[in-house]
Amino acid sequence: MSHYIPPTHEHDLDPLEGRTALIQGNPTFGEVTEAVVRPIEQPHIAWWLFFLPALGLLSLFGLSVGWVVWEGIGAWGNNVPVGWGWPIVNFVFWVGIGHAGTLISAVLFLFRQKWRTSINRASEAMTIFAVICALQFPVIHVGRLWVIYWALPIPNQMAAWPNFRSPLLWDVFAVATYFTVSLMFWYVGLIPDLATMRDRAKSKIGQIAYGLFALGWRGSARHWVNYESAYLLLAAMATPLVLSVHSIVSFDFAVSQLPGWHTTIFPPYFVAGAIFSGFGMVLTLMIPLRVWFRLEHIITIKHLESMAKVILLTGTLVGYAYGMELFISWYSGNPYESFVFANRLFGDYWWAYWIMTSCNVITPQFIWFKKIRRSPIALFILSIFVNIGMWFERFVIVVSSLHHDFLPSSWGYFTPTIWDVATLLGSFGLFFTFFLLFLRFVPVIALAEVKSVMPRANPHYVDPNRRAKAPRPEPRVAAGEMVTHEESTPEAAHEPADDGLSFPPPPSPEPGTTLRADDETEDKNG
Amino acid sequence: MAKPRVYGLLAEYETPGELYHACEKVRDAGYGAWDAYSPFPVHGLEKAMGLRASIVPYITCVLGLTGAVFGFCIQYWVAAIEYPLIISAKPFNSYPAFVPVTFECGILLGSFAAVMSMFGLNRLPQLYHSLFRAKRFARVTDDRFFIAIEARDPRYDAAQTRALLQSTGALEVEEVEA
Repeated sequence: MSHYIPPTHEHDLDPLEGRTALIQGNPTFGEVTEAVVRPIEQPHIAWWLFFLPALGLLSLFGLSVGWVVWEGIGAWGNNVPVGWGWPIVNFVFWVGIGHAGTLISAVLFLFRQKWRTSINRASEAMTIFAVICALQFPVIHVGRLWVIYWALPIPNQMAAWPNFRSPLLWDVFAVATYFTVSLMFWYVGLIPDLATMRDRAKSKIGQIAYGLFALGWRGSARHWVNYESAYLLLAAMATPLVLSVHSIVSFDFAVSQLPGWHTTIFPPYFVAGAIFSGFGMVLTLMIPLRVWFRLEHIITIKHLESMAKVILLTGTLVGYAYGMELFISWYSGNPYESFVFANRLFGDYWWAYWIMTSCNVITPQFIWFKKIRRSPIALFILSIFVNIGMWFERFVIVVSSLHHDFLPSSWGYFTPTIWDVATLLGSFGLFFTFFLLFLRFVPVIALAEVKSVMPRANPHYVDPNRRAKAPRPEPRVAAGEMVTHEESTPEAAHEPADDGLSFPPPPSPEPGTTLRADDETEDKNG
Repeated sequence: MAKPRVYGLLAEYETPGELYHACEKVRDAGYGAWDAYSPFPVHGLEKAMGLRASIVPYITCVLGLTGAVFGFCIQYWVAAIEYPLIISAKPFNSYPAFVPVTFECGILLGSFAAVMSMFGLNRLPQLYHSLFRAKRFARVTDDRFFIAIEARDPRYDAAQTRALLQSTGALEVEEVEA
C-alpha cells in the first residue's frame, strides 16, 4: 500500500481504470443530477443579460434579411466578378462550426473516448444551431427564396427537374441530411434527460412539456438495449456523414474550373478546417459556461486539454494544406494557378490572407505548451483567434479567387455593404438566441451518459464509505458467463488493491478524495 | 369492493452492482415478464438479465440500403429517362456524379430506420405506465435502480416473489397497482 502523489492538481483517479477521473470529486449520481439541473431549476438573472442582446441581434437579422428579400440581393455587395460574397463565406463558416458537435458525438463515441460525455450535449446543440444559421444564407442568396423548393426533386407544372450532376444540388442533400440526422441524434440522446426533467418538474407546464418530449421514457433495461443499439448505429452513420458533408461543401468550389478552387486537396482540407473551427467554437462556448454553471468538476481541465489537442492536430493539418496549395501552385507550372496564389499573398487582399494564416497556423502551435493548453483563459483567447481565422479562410477562398477574373478587364474589388455586416452579425443573434434557450430549458450535460462513465456506474465498484455497512449479497455467477465477476468475491473486494494507484482506506470521512480499486482486474465489460 | 388489480412488485436498489446481482437471481429464478430500470445503461446488464441482442441493426441495414437504391434510382430516372439533358458533355447516366446523393439518401433513411425502429420496438411514446404510480420510481431517472416483476408472469406469487426480491438486497419492495 503506497501513497500516490498526483501528477497534477486533478487529484481524483478512476479507481477501476487508474486514470484521471473524468468527473472530479467522485460525486454520487444524485449530486451530478443536481449540479446539472440547478441552472434550469434556479435560473440565474444573468441569463437575461445575454438573452436580451441576443434577441436584439436576432431582430437585426430579421431586419436585414427582410431588406435583402425586399430589395433583392443587390443590397449585398455581391456583384460580377465576385458573385459569391459574404453569404457563401458565412454559409461555409457556420456549417464548418457545425461539424464539431457530430464529431464529438459520433466519431469520439466510436473510438470509445469517454471524455466526450461531458461536452457532447452542448456541442451537438451548437451543431444544430450553427447548421440552422448556415442554411439561412444559401436560401436567401438564391434571391427568390420562395421557390427554394425547386432544388428538390418534386414533380411540378414546369415538368423540370434538378440537375443531379451539380455539386450545389449535392450540397442541398448533404446539408439537409446532416441537419436531420444531427437533430435525431441529439434528440435520442436527450430522451433520458428529458425524463429526468419530467420527474423533477414541480410546475404543471414543466411536467406536461418535459413529459411529452420524454415520450414516457422509464429507463427500462429492455429499452436501453434497443436504445444503445440505435445510438451506436446513428454514430456509425453520422461518422461518414460528417466527413461527407464538408467534402461536398468543398466540391462546390473544387468541381468548378477556377484557379484557386479547382484542387484535389479541398475535401480533406475543408474537413480538417471544419473540425478546427468547430472545436474553436466549442471552447469559446464551454470555457465561460463551465464557470457560469459551476460545472468545472464535470467539464474539467482534462476535457479542455483534450479539445485543445484536437485543435492542435487539425490546425496543423490546415497549415499543411495552406503550404501544399502554395507548393502545388508553383510545382504545377500552371501560370493561372500561380498567379492566383501570388495575388492571394501579395495582391489586393493580402491582409485577409495574412490574418487567416496567423490565426490558423500560428495560434494552434501555442497548444504544444502544457501550461497554455491547461489554462482556460489562454485557451479562450486562442479559440477566439481560431474563430476569426476560420471566417477569414472562407473569405480568402471565396473572394480572392473570384475578384481577379481571367481577363484583366473583368477584375474587380469586393466591398461588403452595411447589409452584409448586418446579416453576419444578425446570424450570431440567431445562433445565440437558440443556444441560450437551450441553456435555459435543457440539461447542458448528457446526464445519462456522464453517469454511465462514472466509476460508480460500473457493477464492480464498491463505495469505500458504504462498505462497512451491510455486506453485499453473495454474487451468483452462472457458469461461463461474466468471467470477470468470479474474481470479485466479497473477500477480494475487501483486499486493498496494491497497484500503486490506489489510496489507503479513508482516514477522514471526506468522500471522493480517497478511493481505491474494488477489483484488480481490468474491467472487461467497460 | 373489488381488490385493485396488481401490476407487480417493484424492488429498489442503490447501486448498479446490486442491481446487476439481483438481476442474475431473478433471471435464474426463471421469470419472464420482468424488467430492470436504471438512469443509464448498466454495462453487461443484458447478460445478467438474459436478454437477446437488439434487432435494430437489421432493420437499419435493410432500410439504409433501400434509401441508397431509391436515391440512385430517382437520379437515374430524372437524368436519363424523364428529363434527359446534355450537361457538361456527360452521358445521361453519369453515375459517378450520382454517388453523393445516393450516399446521403442511404444515411438519411438508415438513420430514420434506427430511430423509428428503436421507438417501435420500445413501444414509445407511451406517456402512461403503471410504474409511474410508484412515488419512489421517480428516482429511476436520477440515481436509483429498480426491478419490477409483473403479476402476469406465471411464476408470480405475491409472497414468494417478494421474498426473492428481498433476498437480493433490495432497499424496499412495494406492490404497484395496475
